[in-house]
Amino acid sequence: MKKTSDLSELQSIARTVRRDIIEMIGAAKSGHPGGSLSAVEILVTLYFDVLQHDPANPAWPQRDRFILSKGHAAPVLYSVMAEAGYTPKDQLNTLRRIGSIYQGHPDRRFIPALETSTGSLGVGLSVGLGMAEAARLDKSPSRTYVVLGDGEIQEGQIWEAAMYAGFHKVDNICAILDNNRIQLDGWVKDIMGLDPLPEKWASFGWHVIVVDGHDIVALQAAFAEAAATKGKPTILIANTVKGKGVSFMEDNPKYHGVAPTKEEVELALKEIG
Amino acid sequence: MAARYELKMGAATREAFGKALVELGRTDENVVVCDADLSKSTFTHLFGKEFPNRFFSCGIAEANMVSIGAGLAASGKIAFVASFSAFVLNKGFEQLRVNVAYSGVPLKVVGTHSGISIGEDGPSQMSVEDLSLACSLAGFTVLSPADEVAMFALVKAAAYHPGAVFIRAGRVKAPVIYGAEQEFVIGKGIQLTEGNDLTFISTGLLVAECLRAAETLAAEGIAARVIDLHTIKPLDRELIAKAAAETGCIVVAEEHLVDSGLGVRVAQVVGETNPCVMEFHGVQNTYAESGLPEEVMEKYKMTAKDIVVTARKALARKKG
Ligand SMILES: Cc1ncc(C[n+]2csc(CCOP(=O)(O)OP(=O)(O)O)c2C)c(N)n1
Ligand SMILES: [Mg+2]
Repeated sequence: MKKTSDLSELQSIARTVRRDIIEMIGAAKSGHPGGSLSAVEILVTLYFDVLQHDPANPAWPQRDRFILSKGHAAPVLYSVMAEAGYTPKDQLNTLRRIGSIYQGHPDRRFIPALETSTGSLGVGLSVGLGMAEAARLDKSPSRTYVVLGDGEIQEGQIWEAAMYAGFHKVDNICAILDNNRIQLDGWVKDIMGLDPLPEKWASFGWHVIVVDGHDIVALQAAFAEAAATKGKPTILIANTVKGKGVSFMEDNPKYHGVAPTKEEVELALKEIG
Repeated sequence: MAARYELKMGAATREAFGKALVELGRTDENVVVCDADLSKSTFTHLFGKEFPNRFFSCGIAEANMVSIGAGLAASGKIAFVASFSAFVLNKGFEQLRVNVAYSGVPLKVVGTHSGISIGEDGPSQMSVEDLSLACSLAGFTVLSPADEVAMFALVKAAAYHPGAVFIRAGRVKAPVIYGAEQEFVIGKGIQLTEGNDLTFISTGLLVAECLRAAETLAAEGIAARVIDLHTIKPLDRELIAKAAAETGCIVVAEEHLVDSGLGVRVAQVVGETNPCVMEFHGVQNTYAESGLPEEVMEKYKMTAKDIVVTARKALARKKG
């Protein structure tokens, strides 16, 4: 796998990943396009620039850990992992089919390179804390990255984890909140709003960085700042657009969990370019 | 002789649940509903739309929702809480145990998307242990309706049942087994076909599969009795004991982990009354996977032809 910090290279990978997401979910006829598209730049920046990892040696003990706690966004993770060389690219369109390694939600039984299986919201940050604590115990430089949904953080366990990380100064963990402002039944603000987010996390002892989640350069700077922050866990509150890159999906709650039709797939691919 | 069942596809039991809630809401102002960001999937959005004041949107926070439901029910409301079975039971179990079962609060808990027939979303959203968990709550009544007619009637019965109730609902469309005139009484199973060679005991979606299995066997001159246990707890001991005595051979089929669901509960009753040959058909010691619902059901042996295989094993043992 070729790592790069080059903006245009990363943008080009992001374009490929967006195309994959649309094609995969279109072929599967079910899945979650909105929250996959909103997290593209976050995962691309992590997998191709920030993470210390080796797809040829997925069990390398000192690798950085990545957990997609909002497991329903599996397509973005599958595309990025395939692009990085962990899994076969030519099987991406078997998403959600019987026997496919690309299960509806990330499933470690099928892809052992996954750090954990996800799909039930609210638990990923705590599992990440366990990995971060193990790294501290082993004096390993490994860092742990956990992507959370903004609906997901309504789960109480998230705040138990937030409390733990702040109190125990777990500074080798970095949470990324995909703040796309939409959950399953609609807008977060109408279901159970969480504002003010930065203040909430700061009061739990976290270093908070608010960032445009689609701006790769800003994300790179934020991840560097997180790594340099000692004595505190860091959270990137990444402001994103659900369905980003496909006009009719952007900011549209309908496309949380609805697959594009054949015509919509074509339209979307044309837009993404 | 076994009545023939023409099984037409009906609505999903989760949809019937949502419609029953609306009807309850119209006739009784005391009915309230809590949801955890799955109202479109559980069909509680129908109630929410018509009765926004009595609909409590709890966000993705199932444990909190269960305890809020307990508070509402303890204050005299007829309170329902709903989510996917996997989430409301697994995330809310401590709350169900302490705030509901132990405190003697008559909350109505509904878990949709049970079993493995949900298909594409895969094991994190499937529930193959919900009957086991719900039955382990002391004092709970546990219901698992097989079709929309049963669901509609049993949701209404549950609303006015004096104790706590768990109701298991499915995602996919379910074949219609019952006519509108069918009576459903909590705790009373329903015998669907006559037969003295063996008994199929089942619940939920697999009742229809057992009816189909019985037809296959009928063609060979084997008369199978089919019993729908829509109430998993308390069990209809009389009906089970009678079937054990009269057929001497029972096959239990369920869309649930085979070693902790309906089968082991039925076995307890059989052991205490009229011990007979028994075989158990269900999900083996594993989590299933993603796929089209029918593919998943086939791969994990949840169809009539698989149940026939188990039945033959039971019949061979009965013959000795
Ligand atoms: C514990 C749990 N409850 C409910 C669900 C069903 N569910 C899947 S996605 C989702 C909404 C998630 O919203 P958010 O976290 O904002 O994700 P995103 O917008 O990034 O897709 C819900 C309720 C689940 N997967 N897990
Ligand atoms: Mg969101």
